[in-house]
Amino acid sequence: MLELKDFRTKVHNDWCPGCGDFGILNAVQMALFELKLEPYNVAIFSGIGCSGKTPHFVNTYGFHTLHGRVLPIATGAKLANTALTVVAVGGDGDGFGIGAGHFVHTGRRNLDFTYVVYDNQVYGLTKGQSSPTLPKGEQTKSMPFPAIIEGINPIATAISSGYTFVARSYALDVRHLKEVLKAAVLHKGSALVDVLQTCPTYNDINTKEWYAGADLPTKAPRLYKLEDTGYDGTVKNPTDHNEVTQKKVQAMTRSFEWGDKIPIGLFYRIQQPTYEDMIATRMPSFKEVPLTKQDLYGRDVTDLFQELS
Amino acid sequence: MVALDKETLFGDIHKEFPTHSGHKNEVSPGGGIVYDAALKLKPEDIGRPDVNLYPVPYLDVLVSALKETGHEHELSKYQVMTNTVAFGASTALIDYDFNIVSEAITEGFKGRKAALGDLNVKAARHGYDYIKNNFHDGFAYKLHPVPSSEKRMVIRGVQAVGIGKFKAGCAFQTYYPITPATDESEYLENHQRNYNIVVVQTEDEISAILMATGAAHAGVRSSTSTSGPGFSLMAEGLGWAGHTEAPGPVVILWQRAGPSTGLPTRTEQGDLQFVLHAGHGEFPRMAVAPGDVMECFYDTFDAFNYAERFQMPVVVIADKFLASSYQTVPIPDSNNLKIDRGQIATEADLAGKNPYKRYEFTPLGVSPRSLPGTKGGIFRTTGDEHDELGGITENSENRIKMMQKRMHKLQLAAELIPDEKKVNFFGPQKADVTLVGWGSTKGAILDGMEDLEADAIRCNFLQIRYMSPFPTELVTKYLSNSARKVLVEANYSGQLGAIIREQTGIVMDYKVLKYNGRSFSQNEVYEGVKEAIKNGSKEVVMAHA
Repeated sequence: MLELKDFRTKVHNDWCPGCGDFGILNAVQMALFELKLEPYNVAIFSGIGCSGKTPHFVNTYGFHTLHGRVLPIATGAKLANTALTVVAVGGDGDGFGIGAGHFVHTGRRNLDFTYVVYDNQVYGLTKGQSSPTLPKGEQTKSMPFPAIIEGINPIATAISSGYTFVARSYALDVRHLKEVLKAAVLHKGSALVDVLQTCPTYNDINTKEWYAGADLPTKAPRLYKLEDTGYDGTVKNPTDHNEVTQKKVQAMTRSFEWGDKIPIGLFYRIQQPTYEDMIATRMPSFKEVPLTKQDLYGRDVTDLFQELS
Repeated sequence: MVALDKETLFGDIHKEFPTHSGHKNEVSPGGGIVYDAALKLKPEDIGRPDVNLYPVPYLDVLVSALKETGHEHELSKYQVMTNTVAFGASTALIDYDFNIVSEAITEGFKGRKAALGDLNVKAARHGYDYIKNNFHDGFAYKLHPVPSSEKRMVIRGVQAVGIGKFKAGCAFQTYYPITPATDESEYLENHQRNYNIVVVQTEDEISAILMATGAAHAGVRSSTSTSGPGFSLMAEGLGWAGHTEAPGPVVILWQRAGPSTGLPTRTEQGDLQFVLHAGHGEFPRMAVAPGDVMECFYDTFDAFNYAERFQMPVVVIADKFLASSYQTVPIPDSNNLKIDRGQIATEADLAGKNPYKRYEFTPLGVSPRSLPGTKGGIFRTTGDEHDELGGITENSENRIKMMQKRMHKLQLAAELIPDEKKVNFFGPQKADVTLVGWGSTKGAILDGMEDLEADAIRCNFLQIRYMSPFPTELVTKYLSNSARKVLVEANYSGQLGAIIREQTGIVMDYKVLKYNGRSFSQNEVYEGVKEAIKNGSKEVVMAHA
């Protein structure tokens, strides 16, 4: 019987005390455990940044890659071995800054995998510069001046790029995050989970207290769960163009809500053929046997030469 | 030469900087020029009293062909077929078998286009007959079929590389569209269904190399193909592959004339030094440069074996000229080619090994790799410096050992790659001149050697194939006793010459270089080498367009 500790490693963790990353790490380990996945059938990929250390702490196959490049590497590995459960993780700078091109095009493919973004609006590992998700006008403590360009909206960008499961959660609500992650891993297709995360060292604006609404007159938490409001982001009939459009518009509209109230939960979900399904339309064997298990090494190429004679 | 228009003869003289100054200047003495009689040129206009001139009234001949089938009123629609008239005329000059001409044309117009094919055959025939009826048979060059019992094929570099990949069991190819590399990926994709290869058109070349590297780590033989601008973007990924000891990918670099966008549809050997140094820091990579179409096949096949055996990326350095050159060669027996997947740790191997050390220090530097999905084989890898387990560490002693482990694999490769794959040596052991080159200049050099021999200049030729690991001992052996060493390279600085000097201390005596984007010709090798050794020109720059 697998235990939760089977998903942990003994590698020393050097994240700052109180870092939101710990919540995400715990939720990832719990989600994989509760999904009853064998650690050796899971591969976790990361980029560079504080979040990049994650594979060192989860006892699965782990690939700590390059800044902004986690998605292509994860994509290649998943296509090579479709039997693997692939989870990619990265920071907001990693995914929406240097890796923005890969983010968009990975969504278009709809590969069956999960991408978890640790979204804390700053570049923590390089000491707190503004990240692509920091709203215009904000100034965190190591910035000499407030940001003069707009932040991007990961939820809206993901939906317009083609991700078929788009959700947001909160690093300090491990139970909610774990459930979102489980649903994301189970989803057939590309899942984006944007995780709001505190950076106690460099983000002195979006703090634990700020998310809890301590500065608001009502003292009411800023975060609320979409599912508690009757919101339903799931497309019932993927072939109904009107419904698909309506659900996308609804999700995008909700994703711009940011201030005294901030929604978390599942914004949008649709069941569509995955990249693997589409490749199989050209190459039927692809879905039957992972490439890593196919016998590819005794090929006779005489026909190919004959073709040219 | 067949000139379809005035520009072919005289160059695009209306431009301030013409692309070329007229191909009429390149025709060998005793050769012939077929051109349009409607241009009303006098022989002195062409100014080549040493070549035969064959003015053919293209349009009139075409009209006579169209009349035969009642299409003469659709001249504007079929005017483009004047090129077929000119083609037919040229085949008459060399006394070629018209049945072969006819077959070749018909082959090109199959199915719905068959009627058009028939028209073209007629146009060719009328061009053919025009020459036979209007000029007496004084042309010295004839082309007759060479009887052969061997089964032969007509193959281009991109196809040879593609077939090499299939033979090697490559099942994953990535690319971003770029001239002249894309044809190779399209070839693979066209055969996807029968040969089980995933071909991904990525968002850029950064993604292309990394997706292929991810697939390699996961246990599938993978590759990517690009040209110089794309390879520039791949530098980062190449470093990650080398540092994490990925068993690939195989990168095919179809060089074109750079820098930047350069001359995008033309050829050059300008990326050799870049391939050997691309990426920051020091990491192992292999690089091999095939010299002709069949070497493209064999070197590509080997590249996959070496990538897995030595766990490092391998770059196959080809170029535009090889990509699009057709060569007629015998069909090789490829059944004796052996796959070597290197050391893979299976579940059984891993039982009892806890923890499994993906980067275990071993005497040879290569650590057995497990494929993700294997029980007991869990490992971590990282682009940070790491320990045997793949964990991040800045430990001084570990750093030194890991650098040595990774780099030692190149030395191992140098010991294990057979000499006959590292270099080719042609001609007598002792000669007046030793030509030194690499890659696609091979054919022109071999042809040029015949002209040099005919001119009583005895020469031999060292073709270097493996650039990393560099065959230092072999090159030293062949060059240390040579009387005069002439480097022949299609780039500005003589990059191979610099590498030879760096690796062996041997300095080239002369350089024959070409960097106008056009490939070397037989004539140029002869002229360039002769200029160097007769007049002592240290550096000769060739310029044929």
